[in-house]
Amino acid sequence: MTDATRLAELRQKFGRVPEGPSDPKPGTVSPREAQPRFRGLESGHRACQGCGEALAARLVMECAGPDVIVANATGCLEVFTTAWPQSAWRVPWVHSLFENAAAVASGIEAAMKARGKNTKVLAFGGDGATYDIGFQSLSGMLERYHNVLYVCYDNEAYMNTGIQRSSSTPHAATTTTSPAGKERMGKRHLKKDLVSIIAAHHIPYAASASVAFPQDLQRKVRYAMGIEGPTFLVIHSPCPLGWKHDSRLTIDVARKAVECGLFPMVELERGSLSNVMPIRQVRPVTDYLELQGRFRHLFADDPRAEEERAHLQALADYNITTYGLTGGDPDNADTVGTAAVGRGGHPAGRLRP
Amino acid sequence: MREALEGSQAIARAVALCEPDVVAAYPITPQTHIVENLSELVAQGDLHTEFVSVESEFSAASVVLGAAATGARAYTATASQGTLLMAEVLFNIAGMRLPLVMTVANRAVSAPLSIWNDHADSMAVRDSGWIQLHATSNQEAVDTTIQAFRITQETELPVMVCMDGFILTHTMEPIDLPDRMAVRDWLPPMAFSRSLDPERPLSLGMLVSPDYFPEIRHSHHAAMQQALAVIEEVDTSFHSRFGRAAGGLLTVEGDPEAKVGILAMGSTVGTLRAGMAHYVEAGPARLITLRSFRPFPAEALREAVEGLDCLIVIDRAISPGLGGVLGTEVAAVLSQSARPPHILNHALGLGGRDIPETVYVDLLDAGRDPDAPRFSVFDADMTKLAPEDR
Ligand SMILES: Cc1ncc(C[n+]2csc(CCOP(=O)(O)OP(=O)(O)O)c2C)c(N)n1
Ligand code: SF4
Ligand SMILES: [Mg+2]
Repeated sequence: MTDATRLAELRQKFGRVPEGPSDPKPGTVSPREAQPRFRGLESGHRACQGCGEALAARLVMECAGPDVIVANATGCLEVFTTAWPQSAWRVPWVHSLFENAAAVASGIEAAMKARGKNTKVLAFGGDGATYDIGFQSLSGMLERYHNVLYVCYDNEAYMNTGIQRSSSTPHAATTTTSPAGKERMGKRHLKKDLVSIIAAHHIPYAASASVAFPQDLQRKVRYAMGIEGPTFLVIHSPCPLGWKHDSRLTIDVARKAVECGLFPMVELERGSLSNVMPIRQVRPVTDYLELQGRFRHLFADDPRAEEERAHLQALADYNITTYGLTGGDPDNADTVGTAAVGRGGHPAGRLRP
Repeated sequence: MREALEGSQAIARAVALCEPDVVAAYPITPQTHIVENLSELVAQGDLHTEFVSVESEFSAASVVLGAAATGARAYTATASQGTLLMAEVLFNIAGMRLPLVMTVANRAVSAPLSIWNDHADSMAVRDSGWIQLHATSNQEAVDTTIQAFRITQETELPVMVCMDGFILTHTMEPIDLPDRMAVRDWLPPMAFSRSLDPERPLSLGMLVSPDYFPEIRHSHHAAMQQALAVIEEVDTSFHSRFGRAAGGLLTVEGDPEAKVGILAMGSTVGTLRAGMAHYVEAGPARLITLRSFRPFPAEALREAVEGLDCLIVIDRAISPGLGGVLGTEVAAVLSQSARPPHILNHALGLGGRDIPETVYVDLLDAGRDPDAPRFSVFDADMTKLAPEDR
């Protein structure tokens, strides 16, 4: 059986793709169900309302599956999808530990190679699993050049254990282990620049994406899926519970993170910047911060608050300058969501020749 | 055909005979030669496997976990600090009931730093749910390694083959390596009932609520109990195919009429056997070699000690604040016998302290001494310690 027919069969079997002429009677099938896309991660799981991570994982699975095997680190995604005896996954999926998803994926990939199979291996981890505790095994996996796409769902704290700071938590954000008080203004340290560290492994492809830009996210997943070798994607995934914003605002919050420059959308190939998502109208960081309770102390009548806001603005400005994020002309196809940034889904980016 | 081989080299060759799909390992004394020999076999084209040179033992265990979960035959090896670094993964592998084989080249655990042999490493993970088999010689280690691949496949429980660091791993001995085709014939192709496969998607390693957890632990325990029979059957089958057994669950030798018994695991048995042959005047003894430490063969052990007045249990590990590990377990198991022997427990050879053949005589003497402590670090020289530390 060719890979293509096998894939088609798998889609048919596990993807809930409507059979025959796809013209369901109105009211019998929800619009989402009627869409001919692969649902590797089913609905009905236990994520909070508005969970960015759940959305991101669904978007990834839609274009990655079904001929994949997933190794998932401990964290929210693992917990809310697989409470025995129910599982929301329609692909083979394994959770081992918090800090070894990359190594488990390496082993799966080695086994695929040994048996001459083309099944793509995905590794999923939160920011804690990726930036912190699983950092070593991730670096090892990249260095050994395993054919694995590693996806980090970055919600900027240890959410599963109740919102503790990670090295991905932004400067000045409050978490339960970086609270604000008389002596502190939230987290004292900077968000680790993981993409640069990953890119320094000179792997074929490393990129950042955001749930606010699904086409762009899926383009990046598809691009990475087509590469034989280690690839890495970090997806900015707001957590209403931990960031303390209304669950309706997940996409809005995620979009503003990109538009203010605090979360730069970049692509690096073999260590060099190959593409960025340009911001056409840069917003002040306060547009982003003010939506979230984790930054509430930065709006207090306090000179330290002003200083920290300025600090965060400087960090955003630094990203904008470093990656050259400004530019791009308005476009006829601009909508509310894409007016301020270059639209996702472009097959080729600005910097790619 | 017998060849003069170093223990580690023999193990590497035995692993190669079993044709693993994936091998992942990280070097640590005294396991290093196993990894090096495997790499050499791969480089020479004598072993076709995905050899993953990982950045730590933690990843070594994780890599073979991932490979095993897909139904691949996988192997790793470690010792000492590496075993402890792996500990979290080892519990995970066993809890997921994945088939895997690992060699532990037993070594003391730091601090103080010691590269020499004792059993502290494998004892530290004794509750992880792995099958743990101890070899007394390099031939047994080779045969047990091959058997382990079959046991793990039949039981879907991971198997740890323990062999004493340096004493076995670094010793040259004539070894009979089975024929490649015969092993291929005896060892069925790898098959795993719950493998990760896009054609049959399933989720492994899920979150389990208190509603199901005790049942899962119970079934793990039950599976270990059932593995006792598999370990014996596999050894019997190996015997009829290759002409020698590797020690079943345990073996009994020496004088069947003796009232004193000595129980030990690993290479200490060889030393005791030699002592028994050389120092006949010390008196007769029954020598019990425990091969299967996990699952613990309680029934077989009760039978093996029948008629003994005194049983001396040799430990190569210590649980500070309690005493010996093996000794404590043997006492617990035999407490259910109608007429249990008096049990003395001595730790010997910790951190690689040489165990001379004369220890046989000293142990029997201690066994006859009514004032002998029930537990001691037998070869500790008190004159080296300050009075307050004795
Ligand atoms: C070795 C180890 N230490 C700590 C934990 C507890 N723990 C489980 S998930 C988690 C945080 C997960 O954070 P992240 O990776 O960011 O994922 P999120 O839940 O935020 O999606 C922690 C600390 C653990 N499971 N294992
Ligand atoms: S705590 Fe945050 S990351 Fe976890 S399920 Fe809820 S919204 Fe998602
Ligand atoms: Mg997180």
